[in-house]
Amino acid sequence: MLGVDKAFGATVALAGACLRVEAGEVRALIGENGAGKSTLMRILSGVESADSGTIRIDGNLFSPNNPQQAREGGIAMVHQELAVVEDLTVEENLLLGREPSRGGVFLPGRMRDRVVSSLALLGREDIQPTTPVSQLSVAARQLVEIARALVHDAPVIVFDEPTSSLGAQDIEHLFEVIGRLRRDRRAVVYISHFLEEVQSVADSWTVLRDGVVVGEGLISETSTEDLVSQMIGRRLEEMYPRVPRERGDVLIEVRDLKTSTGLQRAGLTLHRGEVLGIAGLVGSGRSELLRGIYGLDQMESGSIRLEGKSFRPDPTRSIQSGLGFASEDRKEEGLAVDLSVATNLTLGATSARNFFSILGLKKEREQVEVWINRFDIRTWGPDQTVRTLSGGNQQKVALARLLHLDVDAVLLDEPTRGIDVGSKTEVFRWIGELAAQNKGVLVVSSSMQELLGICDRIQVMHRGVLGPARPVEQWDEHSLMVCAVGGEEAA
Amino acid sequence: MNYPALRQLISSLAPFLGVVVVVLLFWVFYPDQPMTLKAWRSVAVQTVVVGLAAVGMTWVIMSGGIDLSVGSVIALSGVSAALAVEAGWGFYGGVLAGVGTGALCGAYNGILIVGLRLPPFIATLGTMGFYRGVAKWVAANESVRPEDATGLSYTAGIAEWVKQLADGQWLAPAVWLLLATTLLGAWALRWTVLGRHTVAIGSNELTARLCGVRIRQTKVAIYSLAGLLAGLAGVMLFGRLTVGDPTSAVGIELDVIAAVVIGGASLSGGKGSVMGALAGALLMTVLRNRCTAVDWPNFVQEMIVGHIIILAVAIDQWRIRRTRR
Repeated sequence: MLGVDKAFGATVALAGACLRVEAGEVRALIGENGAGKSTLMRILSGVESADSGTIRIDGNLFSPNNPQQAREGGIAMVHQELAVVEDLTVEENLLLGREPSRGGVFLPGRMRDRVVSSLALLGREDIQPTTPVSQLSVAARQLVEIARALVHDAPVIVFDEPTSSLGAQDIEHLFEVIGRLRRDRRAVVYISHFLEEVQSVADSWTVLRDGVVVGEGLISETSTEDLVSQMIGRRLEEMYPRVPRERGDVLIEVRDLKTSTGLQRAGLTLHRGEVLGIAGLVGSGRSELLRGIYGLDQMESGSIRLEGKSFRPDPTRSIQSGLGFASEDRKEEGLAVDLSVATNLTLGATSARNFFSILGLKKEREQVEVWINRFDIRTWGPDQTVRTLSGGNQQKVALARLLHLDVDAVLLDEPTRGIDVGSKTEVFRWIGELAAQNKGVLVVSSSMQELLGICDRIQVMHRGVLGPARPVEQWDEHSLMVCAVGGEEAA
Repeated sequence: MNYPALRQLISSLAPFLGVVVVVLLFWVFYPDQPMTLKAWRSVAVQTVVVGLAAVGMTWVIMSGGIDLSVGSVIALSGVSAALAVEAGWGFYGGVLAGVGTGALCGAYNGILIVGLRLPPFIATLGTMGFYRGVAKWVAANESVRPEDATGLSYTAGIAEWVKQLADGQWLAPAVWLLLATTLLGAWALRWTVLGRHTVAIGSNELTARLCGVRIRQTKVAIYSLAGLLAGLAGVMLFGRLTVGDPTSAVGIELDVIAAVVIGGASLSGGKGSVMGALAGALLMTVLRNRCTAVDWPNFVQEMIVGHIIILAVAIDQWRIRRTRR
């Protein structure tokens, strides 16, 4: 029969993970963000190679060095991010890399039947093989991506979050197709955050946490609660220093905010002297909420009030009105990594100034040195390039910028991503101090535990819709996860 | 190596070092043709047009952009200076007309880039043709030659600036103007808000936006500034030719860009030096002067200049790789 065994040595991403899929089985691979699901799949599809461990298909050793070899070995991937070439047609995309040819000459139409039938399998005969992909909707592109995995009859098919951009009807078709693949005796790995999807499509499950398989079983024998607690697990208690603080006046009031980037409906009230947390899965619209309030993402409808006054966001105006934002993507957006610590730290403060005003470089340096000391940023001076700092110190520069601006409300998107435990604790303490200084903090994080540790109230985002706020005492990791994967009504 | 100021100084001096190397090499192989003071002075005057435009181009390239229209702007500004002198606006009227035309052209470049969200390469490729056409149109397709007595005297006044002087005299006024502009441009890049924002946009536009930098206004200001300096270069070219020639300065944009790149700028933005750009411009004129002095044909100069650009960027890339490791 057919099986996939994998075991890896001591890496951070994966530590001895094993996965076994039988022919005719749909196995769900679930886990929190960063649990190692994607790493595992990247190894299986030949994008990365394992440090140790083996993969077997039909009992034969299999070690793909690149995606081409993985495909030839019989593994087809449906990626979470769209991996279609927009300028090519549907057919060219489906056959990309394995074009039917003779002597190097492409023979289009040779496999037309195959192309048409795999699109028909998805219930979308309306997608013409000769249409350029650029003319298709996002959902249709996702279907093209799926059809590509079907067209070559691969014995193993991996779906990585295939439904994130599909509508209800397309999801139903996809599940029918997966049912058909099962009857065809293919082996299917289905990765998803959405437990309700997993329960309706999969036969068995494997939970991955911190790079380790923590449990597996049959869907029919497992309750939703069991799956959620498997995903969260128990982790080392971290330090969350609490500074006493008192909730003050309303600082930001957001109603029915909708952005052009996918946030559907969000309402929240942030008070002075409080930390409000936004939980949710990656792609649920958490970041878009902060970006919408700050003015980086286009607002489509809804209203934002700042201390009672109506506010039309735009980054320059936001800073002037006392809003500060720290991006989740430090290297690409949060910091200009090729510029110095001093320039990065003071850039926000210069934004509204007249073009021809002269910078007080000496005074600026002195101020920057004060921040370097107060935040304990490990650098040899204000002129060091940010690129050469460690992740934790880079994040401190980004956060010090907000303090240098002396803003009233701080919007933090994943403030502890990719930084060491020591720096994390410092960031938590700093957030608590801000609230104690009568400022408002709105923080997005993937770590439920972190939110529970630092927030006063938490709201959960699910597929672009923000649930109601509840005091932190009324939440636990389990209820947060249930809301994040199933929406508010599941709570 | 924790001395960034020192390292920065060394890297901005590197192109000047290139000038010295070129002069020394020629001197070693052709000791009978030394670089005289007179030669230096004429080289300095010949550097004025490209040098002035290169100061503005440094700002544009530092912001992550490019301005291909600079040659056409120089020609158009020269023509409008000539027309103003012909119309009896006087010396300062002529200078202002040229500089103003350049600034307007630059502003239009900037507005196209931010308004229509065009890549600067495409926007200025378009206006390169457009300004050239306008120059030919307003000049009625021939050189503008102020001919009455007053017009001639004003033209002579401007020409006086870029004249190569007789022995015993120091530098031409245009060379002082170039030096002052370069120093001012270098100073402003470091010490003004506009300069800081230019570097920030070129280094990471997303960060600049996040920090509230007004990207659109800043870009229009940068291109206007570059246009203004191209306009000043156009006035100097008019002085040298003593006519407003709409077909002049063709292809000069490549010399200007080359000067900036030899000066250590990165075409992806965020990195560059105004002083370096001046050195780059000087390096190219010195090389031309030396090649002419030893009777090498024109095509040899072109072949050498091409490889100097390649060499300058290759050295720079090598240094970046070494420091990142």
